[in-house]
Amino acid sequence: MTDTTLGPDTENDQEKSIYDELPDAPPKKKLKLSWTGKLGVVIVAFWIIMAIIGPLVAPFHEADIIGDDSFMPPFSATEDEGNHLLGTDYLERDIWSRVLWGARNTVGISVVATLLAYMIGVTAGIGAAVRKGWTDMILSRVNDAILSLPTIMLGLLIVVALGSSIPILIGTAAIIYASSVFRIARAYGQEIMVMDYVESAQARGETIWWIIFREVLPNAAMPLATDFGLRLVFVVLFISSLSFLGLGIQPPAADWGSMVRQNLEGLQYGSLAPVWPALAIASFTIAINLIVDDISAKSGGDLAKKMI
Amino acid sequence: MSELFEIDNLQIQARKEDGTPIPIVKGVSFNIKAGEVVALIGESGSGKSTISLATMAYCRPGLEFPGGEVRLHGKDVLSMDPLAQRSLRGNNVAYLAQSAAATFNPAITIGEQVTEAAVLHGTLTQEEADQRAVELYHALELPDPERLGRRYPHQVSGGQLQRLMAAMALVSRPDLLVLDEPTTALDVTTQIEVLKAFKKVIQDEGSAALYVTHDLAVVAQIADHIVVLYAGEIQEQGPTDQIINNPKHPYTKRLMAAVKPTPKAGMGDDTEFEHEAEIANIEVRNMTAGYGKVKNGEPHITVLRDINIKIKNGHVVGIIGESGCGKSTLARVIAGLLPAAKGEVLLDGKKLEPDMKNRSSAELKNVQFVYQMADTALNPRQHISDILGRPIEFYRGMKGEEKRAEVANLLRLVELPVEFASRYPSELSGGQKQRVNLARALAANPEIMLCDEVTSALDSIVSSNVITLLKKLRDQTGVSFVFISHDLSTVGSFADEIVVLYAGRVVEQGPVDQVLAPPFHPYTRLLISSVPEMRIGWLEETMQKREMTVGIARGVEITAIGCPFFNRCPIAIDGTCDTQTPPVREPSPEHFISCHCTMDEIAGVEETPQQILHGFEKAGPEGGSAIKML
Repeated sequence: MTDTTLGPDTENDQEKSIYDELPDAPPKKKLKLSWTGKLGVVIVAFWIIMAIIGPLVAPFHEADIIGDDSFMPPFSATEDEGNHLLGTDYLERDIWSRVLWGARNTVGISVVATLLAYMIGVTAGIGAAVRKGWTDMILSRVNDAILSLPTIMLGLLIVVALGSSIPILIGTAAIIYASSVFRIARAYGQEIMVMDYVESAQARGETIWWIIFREVLPNAAMPLATDFGLRLVFVVLFISSLSFLGLGIQPPAADWGSMVRQNLEGLQYGSLAPVWPALAIASFTIAINLIVDDISAKSGGDLAKKMI
Repeated sequence: MSELFEIDNLQIQARKEDGTPIPIVKGVSFNIKAGEVVALIGESGSGKSTISLATMAYCRPGLEFPGGEVRLHGKDVLSMDPLAQRSLRGNNVAYLAQSAAATFNPAITIGEQVTEAAVLHGTLTQEEADQRAVELYHALELPDPERLGRRYPHQVSGGQLQRLMAAMALVSRPDLLVLDEPTTALDVTTQIEVLKAFKKVIQDEGSAALYVTHDLAVVAQIADHIVVLYAGEIQEQGPTDQIINNPKHPYTKRLMAAVKPTPKAGMGDDTEFEHEAEIANIEVRNMTAGYGKVKNGEPHITVLRDINIKIKNGHVVGIIGESGCGKSTLARVIAGLLPAAKGEVLLDGKKLEPDMKNRSSAELKNVQFVYQMADTALNPRQHISDILGRPIEFYRGMKGEEKRAEVANLLRLVELPVEFASRYPSELSGGQKQRVNLARALAANPEIMLCDEVTSALDSIVSSNVITLLKKLRDQTGVSFVFISHDLSTVGSFADEIVVLYAGRVVEQGPVDQVLAPPFHPYTRLLISSVPEMRIGWLEETMQKREMTVGIARGVEITAIGCPFFNRCPIAIDGTCDTQTPPVREPSPEHFISCHCTMDEIAGVEETPQQILHGFEKAGPEGGSAIKML
C-alpha cells in the first residue's frame, strides 16, 4: 500500500512509526582495552603476583651476600652459587632476587598508601564540596596547612617521632598525599554539585553519604582514577626517599627506591645495578598509567585531554 | 537569477570503530540563488546543522565527505586546498551560530569582534571595517550605533547580541550567510525583534542566506524557498508558499501539525476537575523571594515580589513570562530549593517550611520538581532502573521485585519500553530522557509536580509528544501541575489556569480561557501577538501593531514601585504608572488583572488602535494601522 491510498487514521499510525523520535542510541559498548591497555594489565599483574610470591620464586634470599664481587655484570656466574641474571649489587647480593623481594615492599606499601590517601582525600574533598560553608572552610584550611609543609620534611618529622615501621610509613604517606587528593576531589565535587541531579537528590532528602558516594563520586571516578596513576608514582618516590635517608624500609629488606639510591655509585664503574630497580619502578608505574589512560580514553573520550 | 550556490548530491558520513561507514547525510541536492533565502527544516538529528557547516567545507571531527560537491560560483569548495577554504570562511560564506552568548568573547569589545574577520582576511582595513560595522548597527536598529562597538558583550541584551552576530557575519559582505537556529533559544518577544532585523538586513544587503531551523512558523516569515529534511534525506522542497499552504509529503504535513497554534481562548481540551479531593492544594501567600542576604524581609536582589497564587486540586497552572521574570524562581520557592524571604507556601492549608532541609520526608515527596534539562537532571552514571528505583525505595519503601515491577510500571506510564531500565541516560534520545525525568518525579507519587520548561529544549515534534504525555498523566494520575514555560501556546493548550509574570510580579492570572481572551493586560497582549503564526506576511502585519512598536526591544526593569511594565506599555499613564503600584482588578470572577487602567480603558484600546504617545515613546507608526487584535 502506498501513502495515497491510506485512510487518515492508518496514515497517521504509519507516520508515527516512521517518524517517531529518532532512532535509539546504540546499546552500551563493552569496555575493550587496546593493546597498550592489555600490556599494562600484564605488567601490573606480574608485579602484583611477585609481591605475593616473589620470595618463593627468587633464586636467593634478599639478604644473602653471595657474590664474588660487587657490581658484577648481568649473566655473570659465581663459582658455587650459580648464575646472576642481573648481576650483583654493591654488597655482592643478587639483584634479580632483590627486585623480586622488593616488589612486596614497594608495590605493597605504595598501593596501600595511595589507596588509603584516596579514601581519606576523596571522602573529605567531596564531603567539603557537598557540605559547603563551615565544613568546607575548616577542612580546606587544615588541608592548606598540610600542603604548605614540604612533604619530605613532614614525613621525616612523623617517622622520627613515631619510629620507622611499615604501618607508620603507610600512614605517613597516606596523610601527606591525601591532601593533594583532597584538592582534586573537592574541585571535581564542586563542578558536579551544580548539576541538577545532585540538587534533585538533596531535595529528596538523601543523606550526605548517599550524595557523596552515589551521586558525586561515580561522576568524578574517571578523572580521579587517572590521577591515581600519577599519585602512585609520587608515593613510590616518597618511600624511596625516606629509605635513602635511612628512615624508610630498614636494611637489609629490599625496596626498589632504596636499591636505586644504594647502587648509585655503581654508575661510576659502568655497572647497571641502579638501572634494574629503576626499570622496575618505571614498568610498574607506566603500566598503571597505561591502563588508566586506556579506560578513560574509552569511556570519556576527551577526558585525557581535560586532564592536561 | 544565476545559481550562486549549489549543493549537489552531498554525502557526509561517520565511521564505526571497525571502519564501516554510517551515512549522516545521504545525497542532498539544492541550490541557492543570489539574494534568496533558503530554509533548511528538520528536527534535531536530521543533519541540518551538518549540511550548513558543509557550506563552508567544514565538518565536525570524525565526519568525512565521501561524495558530492558544494559549489560556490561554480567552484567546488570541498576539493579546495585548506588555504583557499580558509579564505572562503567568514569572507564568502559567513556562519551565525545558535547561541550568541557562547559566540562572543566576554573579554573583548563588541566592535573588535565584529570587525575581526574582515580585517583578518584583509578585505577591509580597520577603519573601513569600523565604518561598515556602524552602518550595519544602523541597519539592524541597534541602540547608539556610534558607540556600541566600544561596549562589551555583557553590556547588551540577548536579542541585541544575536543581532550583533548578524553584523559580525555581514561585515565582509559575504555571498552567503548561514544562520543556524538563530532565534530558537530566544523568547517570543525577542525572537520577533531579531527576525525583523534579520529580514531587513538580508533584503538591504542582497546577500543569499541559508536559514536552518525546526520552526516552520519562523520560516514562513523569512524564507523564499524551503527544503524539508529528515534523517539526512530531502523529503520535499519547494517555494515557501507551496510548502506552507500546500504541503505534499506526509512528513511535511506532520511538521505542520506540530506547529504551535496561536494562543486563544478555548484552545485547551475540556477537562472536568473531578479529581479526588484528597489531593493537595498549594497556596502561595504574599511571597517575596530573591538572592543574596535577607535584610528586613528584603533579599539583596529581589526576584519575586508579593506573589499570591492558588493551585487547586488536580489543576494545571501555567506560569508564563519572558526569561528573567522569575518563573523558575517561583517553582524553586515552592519546592523549598530557595527559601522565600517573606510570605508563606501552604500545602493543604498547612504551612511548609521555607527551606527544604526543614521539611518532612512526606512533604518533600508530595512536591516534586522536574528540571528543564534532562541531560543534567539525570545522573549519567546511574541506570534508569536506579534513577527511578531510588525515589520508589526512598519514599515508598519498596524493595526488590516490588520495586522492579514499579519501575516497569513507570516506564510504561511514560510510554517507554521496559528494557530501558538497564540503560544509562546517555543511551536515550532527548525526548526519551525527558520522559524518564518526568517518570522520576512521578515515582515519588507526588501530589504536585513543578515542571520547569520541560519542553523548551526539545524540538517541535518531540515536544508535542511530551505535551500529549503530560495531558495523559494529568488525566490518569490526578496530580496537580505547575507548568512553567515561555511558550504561551503550549501553556494555553495544557493549563487550566494561567499566571502571567512580569519582572517578578503577577500582572494577570485566571482561568485559561479568560486570560487568553480580552480584556488583556497589556503585557499578555504583547506576548500573544509575538507568537509567530504560520502565515506569510505575518511578521510585517504584526510589527504594525502598536503594542509591538512600544513593547519590543526594550529591557525589563525590576522596580520596587509602580508598574514594572511601565516602559513598554502602550497605554501607560505618566506620573501614575511609574510611581504607584497598580490596583488588582477583577473583570470576571477569579480573573485578576493588575493595571491602573480600568477595564473599559483596556478594552477601549483594543477597539480603537490609536497611538497614545507617552513619555517614553518617541516615534511609532503614524496612526491608521488599524489591525484589530484577534
